[in-house]
Amino acid sequence: MMSMADLVAKADGGSTHGPTLWNWPFPSLDVLNKACPAIPPSRDFTHGIESGFMAIRGGLRTVVDPLTQPLSWMLNDMLWLMTQTPWWIVIPVLMAITWVVTRSWRLVAFVLISIALLAFINHYTAAMETLAIIFVCAFICVLLGVPIGIAMSRSDRLQRIVIPILDMLQTLPPFVYLIPLIFLFSVTEPKLYGIAIILYAIVPVVRLTDLGIRLVDRDVIEAADAFGMTKRQKLFGVQIPLALPNIMAGVNQTIMMSLAMVVIASLVSAPGLGVLVLRGIRSLELGVGLVAGFGIVILAILLDRVTKASLARIDTSNSRG
Amino acid sequence: MTKNIKASIRHLYKIFGADPEAALERVKAGMGKPELLETSNHVLGLQDINVDIREGEITVIMGLSGSGKSTLIRHLNRLIEPTAGEVLVNGENILDWKEPQLRQLRRETMSMVFQKFALLPHRTVLENTGMALATRGIKKADFEAEANKWLERVGLGGNGGQYPHQLSGGMQQRVGIARALTSNSEIMLMDEAFSALDPLIRTDMQSLLLELQDELHKTIVFITHDLDEALKLADHLVILNDGSVIQQDEPQAILLNPADPYIEDFVADINRARVLRVRSIMSEGAPEGEVAGEVDLNDNLESVIAKAEGALDRRYRVLRKGAPVGSVAMPAIMRALVPRRSSGETAKR
Ligand SMILES: Nc1ncnc2c1ncn2[C@@H]1O[C@H](COP(=O)(O)OP(=O)(O)O)[C@@H](O)[C@H]1O
Ligand SMILES: [Mg+2]
Repeated sequence: MMSMADLVAKADGGSTHGPTLWNWPFPSLDVLNKACPAIPPSRDFTHGIESGFMAIRGGLRTVVDPLTQPLSWMLNDMLWLMTQTPWWIVIPVLMAITWVVTRSWRLVAFVLISIALLAFINHYTAAMETLAIIFVCAFICVLLGVPIGIAMSRSDRLQRIVIPILDMLQTLPPFVYLIPLIFLFSVTEPKLYGIAIILYAIVPVVRLTDLGIRLVDRDVIEAADAFGMTKRQKLFGVQIPLALPNIMAGVNQTIMMSLAMVVIASLVSAPGLGVLVLRGIRSLELGVGLVAGFGIVILAILLDRVTKASLARIDTSNSRG
Repeated sequence: MTKNIKASIRHLYKIFGADPEAALERVKAGMGKPELLETSNHVLGLQDINVDIREGEITVIMGLSGSGKSTLIRHLNRLIEPTAGEVLVNGENILDWKEPQLRQLRRETMSMVFQKFALLPHRTVLENTGMALATRGIKKADFEAEANKWLERVGLGGNGGQYPHQLSGGMQQRVGIARALTSNSEIMLMDEAFSALDPLIRTDMQSLLLELQDELHKTIVFITHDLDEALKLADHLVILNDGSVIQQDEPQAILLNPADPYIEDFVADINRARVLRVRSIMSEGAPEGEVAGEVDLNDNLESVIAKAEGALDRRYRVLRKGAPVGSVAMPAIMRALVPRRSSGETAKR
């Protein structure tokens, strides 16, 4: 056995003057490996993780693949639907949806003008692809996020477990969890970016559902109990309706985060405006990148306005009727 | 006047904290509320409460804030679980009951009116009024008539389509009362139902309650921290302090014979002439000597003094529904106006 000093001295071998205290290297894997080849270099360490991951990949895939396959189907179908349906059907349908959720002619007109503008500069298909992905992912976020939020609001223990996970999902740069996903699925599968978007965008709807239900006036809950409501009657008749403004604020944020993520996810083959931005960056086509960026801004404003307006409608029907 | 006992609370203890059982042992061994809080960080909410709630009467539970009134009333429908004791409703111990039975009790036997109204903000006044019926699974079309009837009765006939926040506090509490009445329960629990209202509206609501009670004869448990309100409404008055009952009786009897200095202080500022009634101080049998006139047994002393124009040598015949039942003399009235001190002589009536 050699002492640490010997190891380091040997590692520095050829040099005429030994290491001074000033430039004494940190005994890292690579440094130690030079002194004693029995110690693996850090490259082996990352290789180890990689092969470990590849070893469980097969098993993981057999479980996760069928579970997430519907996501691929939904994304493919929605992309197909929104890009293959003629524009003169899609645009009125989008306007009708806007009317139903906001009851505002101004917003309907805004939707028409924005999409017409995007179509005019030949960004219609890309914009529809982006919208299609957002619709599917935000829908799944709500589908999963609201029940998770409700469960959290009922159990302090579950809340203690889930909140750190949400914190992590929200603070991790999305690129970090794109990496394992790329290895797990092939880059051509839509569910790859679908999962990435959902993981990133589900956080606010879960958080705000939990918060919204916990914030419901305790006196009203007590009245519901005093009049003999079952848990179910309380949940659907009191808690969810009173938490709805908060839940919808979560949905708004979820949609906005889906939009942010769908741009980044173009790195892993998500179609849409993000691809054009990426082209702008890669081949330094400034104009293409900027115009696509402008398209994203328009979509962002549009989605935000429409969801906020429907949120405001819920707010007033909750307290003013 | 021996009425059925509708509900009763027996040897009820409630201790808030991590280990109420252990704390209960100490309380039973004689430890008081401050000491318990200090040594083991448990709050002694209620201590050996025994109260009978008679059918068709208004039982008022009075005490200062923090005395345990809300905790006590919530044991009657088990919104709060006791640490020890029994809660009997129609003779059955509801602490033995399972969830469905308890739910039925809350839906059909008891209704509650809250200090902060606690209406559903997203439902109309009509839907709020029918809440108990809707909870039982009755469709809106079927409970509408019943709910409207009670809204009408509390003076909100035209407001069924509005939302609670569009109404003033007093009107919201009328909805609260209509909601309780629509459930058609025998027992109504009212936790400081009028405490959040302005004095004038409050007086209105007290009168409304008495008027309704005249007609409906519900069994009402009413909580208040206000002695005037308690005296106005109570058939039976329970005074609570620091989680214990310190006196319970007919209100007039408490005024005339306060059980301890705490209650003496409490009743010291009351307008006794207005609150005390002839029936509480009259002597039975035919009046001796000459009478100056007739008074009803439910007249208050103030009205008798006014009638006598302050003269102290008058004597009145007391009538109940027109028939003579006894007499009252001015000196007895004057004596009753002086609050009794427990250290002083016993002011026998
Ligand atoms: N959930 C609780 N946990 C701990 N202490 C409580 C709880 N609820 C009530 N208390 C305490 O019990 C006492 C009685 O409270 P409460 O019944 O609300 O009084 P009141 O209605 O007469 O104002 C108070 O000292 C209060 O702090
Ligand atoms: Mg209270």
